[in-house]
This record gives sequence, structure tokens and C-alpha cells, in this order.
Amino acid sequence: MSLAIIEKEGLHLFVAELLRQKNTVVGVKDQSAVSSIPGDSGFYTYAPINSPGEMTLSFDVTLIPPKKYLLPAYEQLLTFNLSPGSIKADAPKEELIIFGVHPYDIIAINQMDKVFSAVPQDNHYLERRKRTTIIGIDSVKVAPRAFWSSMGADTVAGGFDLMLTDIGQCYVVDVGSKKGASLLKMAPRTREAAPAEVKERDKVRAEARKRCDANRLSFSYLELPSLLDGNEEHVIWEEKSHLCFSCGTCNLVCPTCYCFDVRDDVSIDLKKGSRNRTWDGCLLSDFARVAGGGNFRGHRADRYRHRFYRKGQFIYRRFGDIACVGCGRCSAQCPSDIADPVAVFNRLKEGI
Amino acid sequence: MGAPSPYLPGLATIMKIEEQTAMEKLFVVRPNDGKPLGHKPGQFVEVSVFGVGECPISVSSAPNKKADFEMCVRRAGNVTNALHNLKVGDVIGIRGPYGTHFPVEDLKGKDLLFVAGGLGIVPLRSFINYALERRKDYGRIIVLFGARTPADRLFKAEIASLARRPDLEYLETVDVGDASWKGNVGVITTLFPKFTIDPKKTYAIMVGPPVMYRFAIAAAKAKGLADDHIIVSLERKMKCGLGKCGHCQMGPVYVCQEGPVFNFAAIKNLEEALS
Repeated sequence: MSLAIIEKEGLHLFVAELLRQKNTVVGVKDQSAVSSIPGDSGFYTYAPINSPGEMTLSFDVTLIPPKKYLLPAYEQLLTFNLSPGSIKADAPKEELIIFGVHPYDIIAINQMDKVFSAVPQDNHYLERRKRTTIIGIDSVKVAPRAFWSSMGADTVAGGFDLMLTDIGQCYVVDVGSKKGASLLKMAPRTREAAPAEVKERDKVRAEARKRCDANRLSFSYLELPSLLDGNEEHVIWEEKSHLCFSCGTCNLVCPTCYCFDVRDDVSIDLKKGSRNRTWDGCLLSDFARVAGGGNFRGHRADRYRHRFYRKGQFIYRRFGDIACVGCGRCSAQCPSDIADPVAVFNRLKEGI
Repeated sequence: MGAPSPYLPGLATIMKIEEQTAMEKLFVVRPNDGKPLGHKPGQFVEVSVFGVGECPISVSSAPNKKADFEMCVRRAGNVTNALHNLKVGDVIGIRGPYGTHFPVEDLKGKDLLFVAGGLGIVPLRSFINYALERRKDYGRIIVLFGARTPADRLFKAEIASLARRPDLEYLETVDVGDASWKGNVGVITTLFPKFTIDPKKTYAIMVGPPVMYRFAIAAAKAKGLADDHIIVSLERKMKCGLGKCGHCQMGPVYVCQEGPVFNFAAIKNLEEALS
């Protein structure tokens, strides 16, 4: 498919048009201004916007990945009466456009799509996914801990409706779906990309990749499943996990972590209730604990190890994907800085 | 929602409650739609007490054409405590059945060695009764039953009548006896020297607490059983039953999908499975 061009000023008009048509648009907001911590450089976050000026397409990485809109941190699944008689499933009704998703996060969403559409299907997720439009943007800024270039996540072939690349004077637009094509019609003055502009896109991507290469795995990420084989007893799991607070931050900020808990909440009149899904994390100490007190992953080192195996091997064995996209969020957010996959995997590769 | 929610339970009514021990009750449950559960021995259901939550419970009755089925539930967590407070006529939610089942077809013509530790008798009862209803389909049936104390023994009357059957060999033990106990005292493996088997024809089917497996598997192997003649059912936190929520994972395996019933040969090298 040929590529299109949206001019820089045309993009604002495009977003304004999407908002005018009563779409809920989620964009990336620069929160550096809101931080009250001296010296805090701030962070980027996805949030609904009311005007095009509120969002930015020039960001390195958001604090929380866009999974929060597809698998919300708190999601109502069912409602019921406490004196049972009726119970029904809830369905999301809102349509959502997420504007500005980096390729690594789109790859993570593609993985979640696979997980939740595997039989038995999770129709709550799939329904929400169906109602979500994804407009991607190629990464130009690179977060200090990012390593997506060595995880095969510098570009993405599908999973988006539109994919933008900022080539300076304009955006090159790749159309990924029919939904994307019809959305693009709302953008003013689009035109077909010239061959020079397509070349420029390749150049922009190559330069970003090169910047990201400053922090990388020392080997191909496709070797991860076999590298992990036989390293179950490596000293690194005990050694690093000594500093683990079991806080679950690495799970929370990970775009490919989707484990959840389900709990019932009761209304204040004690007549009705709802069953709700909340995020859960395998680093939390009671994640594998069963009623009666038995804990099948009671040791901190086992939980720490489990996460790396899940990223590098387990999901691959089940779904064929390496479940780390190199966003660097876990690495940047871990309070004791032990979550960096680059550090762990490179050390295993060195064999020390 | 266009497609149905996999989390939506069917409503079911508690028909009968029988106190088994101070900790366990047997519930007879009938789905409100009147349809049989359609389970196979060894499968589990997700049980809802609305307002409290949901938890996995193994089905204890053998499959039959009636809608009623049985679950024996230990009071151990939020949901099971709430379940113990319910009365006959109360309505609960049921999803399932889920998971793998004991290979009841493949084991036709074989000798069956059931090893039940404590609550392990609950899912095994489904298979034992299934096999007894089709007694001619199976060879010898040996049942080993271990409990912590005589008072902890489940299905006492039923097991007493099993023990009297001429077509079934029954051995039992308790970890700690009391004044009234005349039988064997010791862990379940102390029963193994008391019988002989033909290891080529025999399959051991074991369910018990995590600590039991290592010793019971070693005892079975000492009797000459090959790894693939040992079948186990493993406990994990099977929260969703759908292979999504991640809680029951051991390595790349989701116990709620590939289990809870496993052939030992398939999981013996799996980190986290039996350690």
C-alpha cells in the first residue's frame, strides 16, 4: 500500500476533527509541568485530551503503557444481585482512539490480542480491543533505558490503524486497516508520499534505531528461550532478588504483563454487587498463594526468576512471542534497579 | 457484548449439605437450568458465592445423567468459608467444568492403584465411583487412603462400605492415631509394603497435599511403576480457569488448562511442578 503524507499543521486539524466528531481521543501528555518534586524531569502519560495542543507525539516512553485502556486496572466484568436471581455480563461501550503509540507498545498489544483470543476467548478484552483505534507513531526520542532496537521492536508491521513517522516537515502515514483508511479521510490536505519522503522515513527510523543501540542485548533476542534453558539455578536469581521489594512495579509498568485478579465488590446497600478484574503481578508475594496458606512461589528469588522466564521463554513456548519489547519501563521504574532485562540477559549470555 | 462472557457463571441451588468433619462439608448442587454438568472425573468447577468471590473446587461425584453433582469443600479461604455458612436452597454460581480429567478410557482393562492423601480423596472419589459403576471395565482396584487423624477422614460411611467390597482392596492409615484407632499409623507410603502389583498392568492415580507426591511417587517407582504409569492431580491457584490470569502457572504450563490432571512423565522435569 502506498504511504500518505499529513502536513505538520494538518495533524492538529486532524486531531481537532476527531474530537469534533465526539471521539474519545487518548494522547500522550507531557507531565513534566505537574511534578512538584525538585529536579524531577517529569514523565509522559496517556490521558484523554480535549484539544490537540494537550498531546505530544514527541515523547520517549510513557510511564504506564497503553494496556491500561485495553485491560483496565479496574474493570467491571459482571453485575449481580446478592440474593441471586440475576447476573449479567458488562460490556464496554465506549469507542476510543489512542493517538501516539510506539511500535514496541503496539507489538505488546498484538501479543495481548493473541493471549486473550486464544480459546477460551476473553470477550471482555476482545470487545474493548475492537472498539479501540490505534494510531501509532515511530519512536524518535529514545528513553535512557530503552532497548527496543535489540528486541525486534523498532518497527511494527501490523496491529495499528494508522502509523505515523515524523520526518521533520511532515508525517509519513502508513494505513494499517480499513478503519485507519476512513479515519485518514478526516485529515485535511493529505497526499501521497513522494519517493524521497519514503526514503526519509527509512532514514529517521535507522537513526532512531542507532540511538537505541547504545543500550542493547549482546545477542539476538531470538536466542532467549534457549539461553534460559538450564539457567534455572543460576546465582543471579538469588543475588539480584535480595534487593527485590516484591512491589510489583515491574509488572505494573510492563506492556506485556497481563495477569489479573478477580474480586467481588458489594454496594453499600448490600443488595447488589459486581465482579471486577484488577491488575495483579507475579512479583507480589501472595500471587501463587492458595487458600489454606500454601504458596507455590513463596520464595522471592523464584518470583523474580519467574518473570524473566515468562518474558524470555514461557510466553514464547505458548504463543511464539518473546514477551519483552524493550521499552525499558521496568528497568527505569524498579526502586532498587534490579529489573533491567538487558543486565540480566547479557549476564546469562556471558555465562558468569 | 456480542459474544458471551466466559466469566458468567450459571446459577445453581444447594440441595443438600452434609457435614463430613469439622473442616469439610459435602454439598449436593443442582444447576438451575436442570442440565447435567457434563464433567469427567478429575475436573473442577469455579464456584461463586456472590459478593465474596469465586474459587476452584473439584467435583467429587461420578458423572451421571442427573443434574445434581457433589463437591466436598474444606473451609480454607474467603469463598469456602462463605460457602460453609450457606443453607440448603441458597443459590451459588458455577462455571465449568474445567481442566483435564483422569484418563478413564485409556485405563480400561488396567489395574488401578488410587493413592488419596487427605482431601485428595475428593477428586479421586469421582473416578473410584466411576470405575466401580463399570467394574468389569477395569482390573484390580486398590485404594490407599491416608488422613492426618481418624477424625479428619472424609466419607467415613462410604469408605467403610468400599472396604467391605470383595472386588476392591482397601488400605488406610493416619499420621497420628487416637484411642479408638486400631489401624495403621504412619504416612501413606507405609502402606506400600502391604501389597504387590503387576507394574506392567498397574497405573497409580495420586491426589494429595504437595508434600505427598515426592514420597508417594518414589514408593510407586520402587514398586516398578514406570513414570508414565503415574497420574497426579496438582493444586494451584486456578483463579480464572481459562488460562489467562496467570496464577496457576508452573513454568510455561497453565494448570487450569493442561492440568490439573497430569501424567507424571510429562511434568517430571518441569521446574516448579513437584518441588
